[in-house]
Amino acid sequence: MKILLVEDEKELRNTLVASLLKEQFVVETAENFSEAISKIAIYDYDCILLDVMLPDGSGLNILSELKAMGKSENVIIISAKDALDDKLKGLELGADDYLTKPFHIAELNARIKAVLRRKSLDGKNSIELGNLILNIDERTLTIEKKDIHLNRKEFDILNYFLLNKNRLITKTALAEYVWGDQIDQADNFDFIYYQIKNLRKKLQQSEADVSIESIYGIGYKLIEK
Amino acid sequence: MKLLNRSLLYLSLAFFFIIGIWAIIFYFNLKDEIRDSIDDGLENNKLLLIQKIRTDTTLLSQNQFGGNNFEIHPISKQTALQQRDVYKDTLMYRANEDDLEPVRILHSAIKYGDKYYKLKVISSLVEEDDLIEDSFWSVVWLFVILVGSTLVINNLILRKLWNPFYDILKRLKNYRLDKEESVINTPTKTAEFRELQQASNTLIRHTQEVYTSQKQFTENASHELQTPLAIISNKLELLLESENLVQTDAQTIAEVITLVQRLTQLNKSLLLLAKIENKQFPEQSIITINELTKESWNNFEDFAQYKQLKINYDEAAKLKVIMDPSLAAILISNLMKNAIFHNTAGGSIHLKFNKHEFSICNTATNTPLQQEYIFTRFQKDASKTQSTGLGLAVCKAICDFYNLPINYSFFENQHCFTVNFKNILP
Repeated sequence: MKILLVEDEKELRNTLVASLLKEQFVVETAENFSEAISKIAIYDYDCILLDVMLPDGSGLNILSELKAMGKSENVIIISAKDALDDKLKGLELGADDYLTKPFHIAELNARIKAVLRRKSLDGKNSIELGNLILNIDERTLTIEKKDIHLNRKEFDILNYFLLNKNRLITKTALAEYVWGDQIDQADNFDFIYYQIKNLRKKLQQSEADVSIESIYGIGYKLIEK
Repeated sequence: MKLLNRSLLYLSLAFFFIIGIWAIIFYFNLKDEIRDSIDDGLENNKLLLIQKIRTDTTLLSQNQFGGNNFEIHPISKQTALQQRDVYKDTLMYRANEDDLEPVRILHSAIKYGDKYYKLKVISSLVEEDDLIEDSFWSVVWLFVILVGSTLVINNLILRKLWNPFYDILKRLKNYRLDKEESVINTPTKTAEFRELQQASNTLIRHTQEVYTSQKQFTENASHELQTPLAIISNKLELLLESENLVQTDAQTIAEVITLVQRLTQLNKSLLLLAKIENKQFPEQSIITINELTKESWNNFEDFAQYKQLKINYDEAAKLKVIMDPSLAAILISNLMKNAIFHNTAGGSIHLKFNKHEFSICNTATNTPLQQEYIFTRFQKDASKTQSTGLGLAVCKAICDFYNLPINYSFFENQHCFTVNFKNILP
């Protein structure tokens, strides 16, 4: 999978590249408007991460170019601006998703894989790992060909972990993904532990090939056995 | 009262005093002039009479006024020499009016041959009371006509003259900071109005610049600050995934990540407060607060279930308001969040609605919050170090924006917040 990262901030660009390489993506970068236009014109990318504020032009104008080329379906806009106008304009120009800085790496991974899955032509919309199959459309989980019931939040949590297998997911990243931004004032994350505990029990009882491990008290990681 | 008519009021008062004083002065001047004229007449009559006596000595016997305006009495030489011409006012019986009337009288002495005579000559005097009355009414009519004509002139001419002022005033009244307005450009030859227009345009331009730069700061601060936060956060997360970490080092990194995340949230809340205070939420929609609270509860339901909280609704009415939907969501979400997170395990939340008011109460510990401080920024319970302390400040800013009273009370071990939406009902 080939990804183009358009980001003018050098340190952030390097950090994101390091993270994307961990996912075995092929990553190319552009640090300004003209370089991005040049690369987009020459190559095809499976996914484009597009910063809005570039030193020599607006990322939204790149998006317009992409739309003109018929290549705008796999763009994720990355913006530090919370402005609703930018978001609406970006999605209107055909972007697939919109992510506001600062974001969690796990969140970026989840968005990229969602875009890549939608781009896939085989129509399959499920995640398979070991003896485990998670069907995104039907929101069902089967382990060893046996249906396992998950409630709404448990499904969302497992989905997030599978999209970020073998990666650390912090508690706040998980909380924001599953419950949204409003969870910021929680004085503890006991309720997350409560959900993880239930999910672990179901995976364990079903003899799943994956397990969820606690990492340093800061988050969790899903690993394949 | 308009300036137009207020100036007329002062002008009328001025007219009243000026005309009143002038009338008095005029009256006395007029009276003096009349007396002077009559005295001249009396003097002339005396001279004519002396000439007439030379041809008709029987006049010397006229010692009653009768049908004439003079009388003559013989006097001694000594008395005659002491007599000087004296003019006086007096009253005399007048047959035609059957009343005493004021007359002017001249006392004098004359000599004819070797004899001396006392002479009195009279002339009718203008009736003083009539004079006063007529003068008074003349003055009153002058005042009325003067004020009336001033009123007409003011309304016809000054109104036109003041049109540029009213035009400028109207433009200032309709001015909205959040819209790009053109400069005021009212044609006028009046120097003061040109100055006013120029000062207004300067003020508008300056205010617009301040607003624009503040708005840009709000937007750019998000970019300038959130990008380094993103870098810090992402680098630390990558570091935490390193295989070479020992437990204590990882723990330290985890703590730093938590602090960065709190900094991120703090930044977002402060930016939101700045936007609210800059009135950057102009959208207006009809919003049902009842429905909004249910959506908010659904969002927090898992956490509420974990704390075993119960919720009950007392809905006397559907509370509909006109406000920006995102601000409404933030307001209700923050109040609901507080009610859930600052609740006791196994506690409850009570929501009450009527046509214009909404209140939310949650079970609590024995300690009430401090009324004076709960809506100020960064006020929070010391034991709750995770939150930014800005939630209620955001609620207060939203309520102030729409002029909605928000009150806190502590009653029967419950925290209660009440918002009165009467100012934005549809």
